[in-house]
Amino acid sequence: MGISNIIFLLLFVGAFTLFALKIKTIVRNIRLGRDQNLNDNFAERLKVMSLVAIGQSKMVVRPVAGIMHILIYIGFVIMNIELLEIIIDGVAGTHRVFAFLGGFYDFVIASFEFLGLGVLIACIVFLIRRNIIKLKRFWSTEMTSWPRSDANLILTIEILLMTAFFTMNATDQVLQSRGVEHYVQAGAYPISQYYSALFTGLSSETLIMIERSVWWFHICGILFFLNYVPYSKHFHILLAFPNVFYSNLNPKGKFSNMESVTNEVKLMFDPSATPPPADAAPVKFGAKDVNDLSWVQLMNAYSCTECGRCTSNCPANITGKKLSPRKIMMDTRDRLEEYGKNLDKKTPDTKSLLHDYITPEELWACTSCNACVEACPINIDPLSIIIDLRRNLVMEESNAPAALAGMFTNVENNGAPWQFGQADRLNWANEA
Amino acid sequence: MEMKVPTMAECIANGEVPEILFWVGCAGSFDDRAKKITKAIVKILNKAEVKFAVLGTEESCTGDPAKRAGNEFLFQMQAFTNIQVLNGYEVKKIVTGCPHCFNTLKNEYPDLGGNYEVIHHTQLIQQLIDSGKLKVEGGSFKGKKITFHDPCYLGRANSEYEAPRSVIEKLDSELTEMKRSRANGLCCGAGGAQMFKEAEHGDKEVNVERAEEALALNPSVIATGCPFCMTMMTDGVKHFNKEGEVKVYDVAELIASAQDL
Repeated sequence: MGISNIIFLLLFVGAFTLFALKIKTIVRNIRLGRDQNLNDNFAERLKVMSLVAIGQSKMVVRPVAGIMHILIYIGFVIMNIELLEIIIDGVAGTHRVFAFLGGFYDFVIASFEFLGLGVLIACIVFLIRRNIIKLKRFWSTEMTSWPRSDANLILTIEILLMTAFFTMNATDQVLQSRGVEHYVQAGAYPISQYYSALFTGLSSETLIMIERSVWWFHICGILFFLNYVPYSKHFHILLAFPNVFYSNLNPKGKFSNMESVTNEVKLMFDPSATPPPADAAPVKFGAKDVNDLSWVQLMNAYSCTECGRCTSNCPANITGKKLSPRKIMMDTRDRLEEYGKNLDKKTPDTKSLLHDYITPEELWACTSCNACVEACPINIDPLSIIIDLRRNLVMEESNAPAALAGMFTNVENNGAPWQFGQADRLNWANEA
Repeated sequence: MEMKVPTMAECIANGEVPEILFWVGCAGSFDDRAKKITKAIVKILNKAEVKFAVLGTEESCTGDPAKRAGNEFLFQMQAFTNIQVLNGYEVKKIVTGCPHCFNTLKNEYPDLGGNYEVIHHTQLIQQLIDSGKLKVEGGSFKGKKITFHDPCYLGRANSEYEAPRSVIEKLDSELTEMKRSRANGLCCGAGGAQMFKEAEHGDKEVNVERAEEALALNPSVIATGCPFCMTMMTDGVKHFNKEGEVKVYDVAELIASAQDL
């Protein structure tokens, strides 16, 4: 084992350890959420996950973005197979260790080239959409400089990785054709064969240097990307699958039933019901902070890739109100990260998701129309968070807009949201 | 035609068991425009000789606006009271004149002990037509351009997009779709208890945005299936001073009026 193999191994183990530690923190953060048992309907959940996450069925609702995304998705998933060869080559000091597969190897490498080209084109199209065409949903208010840079950085890294991949193949071809030692004859290069013409004038030593440099750049890039992803919106590449698996299977109009309230209401209706023990912890209604939300809602926040389809379909946002479902998800994630960090450092935390991140004005603009839930390609449910925060505003803070407080009074006193008496409820039947 | 509106209490007193309860809803009971929809539904039920009853003064708000506004206490108080009444009458099947009542009764009452088969009035009308109990011919809407605005709580919330459309198609009219329709439909702006408050600050009203989209199709009629959508779309049409040319009707009204009920 040479020195370069040892460096490779150390880099590799180091990168995966760092990644594992960050994942551990994220899993811990998600578990700060309320318990919600979703181990039901396994078959149905699997079906939804296959269709929506693996099959990308909701992505293609917007065809251009959908098809481009599928190019990157397929490219990313399949090209990762080559990582296996890269790892073995890196550790063992071999070159194209799977070359013995012959014709099949040629087929695989050729396919990777086509997929790589697809990824390259899609990334360029995405950069153009974001920065030159400036699609509105990538420039709305919550898309401040970091979220915009995050997206551009990811696309740039992917373009660099693909360029490295093609350069690697192009130089390799020239070296192979010259019969340079170590560079076994293997692979088919339908795309990079055109690119290799650039390198034919160079000496074999220079080519080896370029080939080795891009090989190292490529693997280091992948290891960097691996560790960048959990800090970025790009984490959806992992969480999209569990996120869809655990998504809501009920009709979208069914809002969660609050058991805690049911217990109290039952006490009011049935004096013989057993009251909770006097020393029981007081129940908190609705959500004020991230730990009042359920773990699925917190996973939703880490899964969001800030595509903005929710916001661009939101009737409130379309008509200029402050509400943006995407901002609800981004705020939840930001607050959860902050909450987790304070927990680790044991620093006192006086902030909360409600008020410090999300204002009542945003919450009261929601029409609960479910357009955001419908639009999300990975079944994120911003509406459930909006409602949980409203519940806290109303039931803990008594902080509903005056008109709604009036509506509550009417419903309570006369069984209708307006000031009409229940006794007059059938008057319409006697009107001509 | 004289309306027959039996109440549940009367039916029980007469030893009759209605096959379906018509849940009128607050808007259908008190809002002048929505009362016309209620009457259209009753006329259809009468015409098809459906044995139905209403709760009348025993009906109360389902609690939907309270729940959407975050007041779960008030919602559950309403739900428990209503469930006591409904279970007391051993109600099995309910038709509602409002998608909000429909959604709440169908999806949110079971957790609190209220289990009923709940359908929306457009679904009932479709069933009556399909089973031959109600005959529909084009009448005054023949060849007219109609666009259907999907109520959120019928469409996205409960995935019912076809029933209202199939009923409209029976009128031999030209059904045209807005770009944002079905699962992609745009809200009228009234849901989530917005109906009962001023809109938050913005640069446009949601109902104006939606009415603009509907009016761009130059329809004769904007059809819907919700009393709140009715209010919002009617106001939206007025905003553009188009109330002379474009009428907003509930699907039930279209059927009742086409049949001269």
